[in-house]
Amino acid sequence: MAATDSSVASVGAKKASGSSLGEAWRQLRTPLVYLLPAIILMMIVTFYPIGFQIWMSFTDYGVIKSEGKQTLNRFGPSGEAPPNYRPAQFIGFENYKDILTNDPQFVAQLGGTFDFWRQLGFNLWWTFSNVGFHVALGVLIAVLLNIEGLWGRKIYRAIYILPMVLPGIVIATVWRNMFDDQYGAVNQLIALLLPGDDPVRIRWFNQLEPPIPGIPLPLSYYAMLITNIWLGWPFMTVVATGALQSIPKEMYEAASIDGATGPQQFWRITLPLLRPAMVPAAMVGIVTTFNLFHVIYFMSGGGPLGQTEIMVTQAFKLINVNQLYGVAAAFSVLIALVLIPIFLITNKISRATESYDV
Amino acid sequence: MSSPATTLNRRSRGTGSTTAGRRLKWWQQLLAQLLCLFIAATVLFPILWIVSMSIDPRNLARPTELNLIPPGASFDAYLAVLDKPTANPVTFTQLTLNSLKLAGGVSLFALLIGVSAAYAFSRFKFPGRQWMMIGVLAITVLPAVATIAPLFALLNSIRISAGALQIAFVVAAALAIAFGLMVIVPALRAGTAGVSTWAIGGVAIFFGLALIWGALNPPAGELFVLRNSLLGVGIAMISGALPFAIWNLKGYIDTIPKELEEAAIIDGASANQIFFQIVLPLAVPALAVTGFLGFMGGWTEFFLSWQFLTQPQDFTLAMALYNMTGQYAGSVPWSRFAAFSILISLPVAIVYLLLQRYIVGGLTLGGVKG
Repeated sequence: MAATDSSVASVGAKKASGSSLGEAWRQLRTPLVYLLPAIILMMIVTFYPIGFQIWMSFTDYGVIKSEGKQTLNRFGPSGEAPPNYRPAQFIGFENYKDILTNDPQFVAQLGGTFDFWRQLGFNLWWTFSNVGFHVALGVLIAVLLNIEGLWGRKIYRAIYILPMVLPGIVIATVWRNMFDDQYGAVNQLIALLLPGDDPVRIRWFNQLEPPIPGIPLPLSYYAMLITNIWLGWPFMTVVATGALQSIPKEMYEAASIDGATGPQQFWRITLPLLRPAMVPAAMVGIVTTFNLFHVIYFMSGGGPLGQTEIMVTQAFKLINVNQLYGVAAAFSVLIALVLIPIFLITNKISRATESYDV
Repeated sequence: MSSPATTLNRRSRGTGSTTAGRRLKWWQQLLAQLLCLFIAATVLFPILWIVSMSIDPRNLARPTELNLIPPGASFDAYLAVLDKPTANPVTFTQLTLNSLKLAGGVSLFALLIGVSAAYAFSRFKFPGRQWMMIGVLAITVLPAVATIAPLFALLNSIRISAGALQIAFVVAAALAIAFGLMVIVPALRAGTAGVSTWAIGGVAIFFGLALIWGALNPPAGELFVLRNSLLGVGIAMISGALPFAIWNLKGYIDTIPKELEEAAIIDGASANQIFFQIVLPLAVPALAVTGFLGFMGGWTEFFLSWQFLTQPQDFTLAMALYNMTGQYAGSVPWSRFAAFSILISLPVAIVYLLLQRYIVGGLTLGGVKG
């Protein structure tokens, strides 16, 4: 019924007539042809693996050290199953229980530093502290660059976009070496700025005691925070610049005629009008930072003692190091459960999947 | 209340304020310049550090001081890296080719399959549309690392014979070439072929030809495990790349004005004619940008290839970079690490800067819509 109103948009839909089922089919027929390749491929390579993952999370898939068996390699060199192969067994909610209750035996198996709830807490804190800096700096720098009459604006814009342009893996590895305790540029720079000739040897990634007393965050968190601030604000500046340029100048003129000062104009005009653009951008930033594998894995590797591990790096280690595929699958399901509310809120705020035809 | 005099007074004061003014006072300009220069310095510091290290001729195992241009700068480190990047028996060319195959293939097929789905989402109303779009978007939110366990397990249990691989390659080649022609031919007819048309169409056709060459030169072994091959990694990567491509392309196609299509409908054009002759040619710049973003993701993809691949001849650039840092750094001089980083980054960074305007437009699309 409603769909016939927008007959222009629905190219394939002709006149509405007949039963509602027939009507639905008529609407579906043409788009289905275009969707079919994507649907088939996604069913095979995306949704089927996700379903399989949920099944895996209830099994002991992986290397079972206690039995000297494995469920992974069904094919040996000759094509036959190797002697230590056995099919995966259903173990119910065992994997979930091990993760959520930090089962001591399970934690010992992972090297003794695993703590699910601390990881989740750190992951959330990591996300929000980063995105907070990104948005604040991004907006401020965009406003700075938007000052009329500023010299060299184009040059600055060209320079400021550089962190967005470089591959994340390169940025992470370069910053890892910059924070090296013996040869890193950061320590050398600090030595340069400090009086005296003593070499600075801050052990960015190994120092255990928190640098700020009372806040239980290791030094490596701050090193990665600096890196990720460097990495993240240009995107927010780009978004904010786009939004700033759509604010009519007359608004500021009218405001200054009414006697509004610069700060007043910033708080009352600029910020409220930036909000519609910045909120979705911040949401994108939250999801990206929550899943930011490169910076954590290549810089601290989760150290010291697993204090800066986030969920995606832990999920990778469960496979890459521990070869516990069933546990990793359960862990990934938990990641999805954390992300789904974030996604739903994002979707609600940005109204991304709603019809564009409003 | 406000006499003309005070209004004028206020206005002149307003011009001095940071947002509405036309000319800055000298101290305001100075302050802003200092701030901007400081920010530029923080942005450039790591980049200059890595550049200066890469041209350091002393080939220091580890740098001990900060020098912008080290004495007697040379490109030795670049030559050393190009010659033998890691301890593994694999050349730089081979690493680059593997990364190119993965990144190019994945982004090309994601585009090819994604563009028609994006068109359907953008231009049709049909039952279940909302749910399908949520399904696509939700996948783009999930981290790729989170599906590595099932993809590894599933691909590890598939073995492929060389013959089957040849057939698959030929089919894929046909698809790629057809896609390339689909992009180029209508644009040529309409006389709208631009740089992006030739780039996308050319890459597609070239890739198709490369696939045919691959089909003619099958791997030596009889059977191989799909997981332990570039093809397997590619399949795993497309699982995340396709939803991203669909979503990104839908955003762009939404912005293409519908007037042309409306006119074509009145002239009695079918949905197919509209897609191939109107939407596809107009969407070519969007294809280029989305394809490039997909390429950039694949170019430095790390965890899937690191987990899946065991044979040195399949290794990629990102894997070699990881070999040069952290716990594997061992004896690799940092000048080589620096040179290698720059060699990886430079091509994508240049293309990114060239496409910057379009990419930024796409990134902010979602935001502006809300």
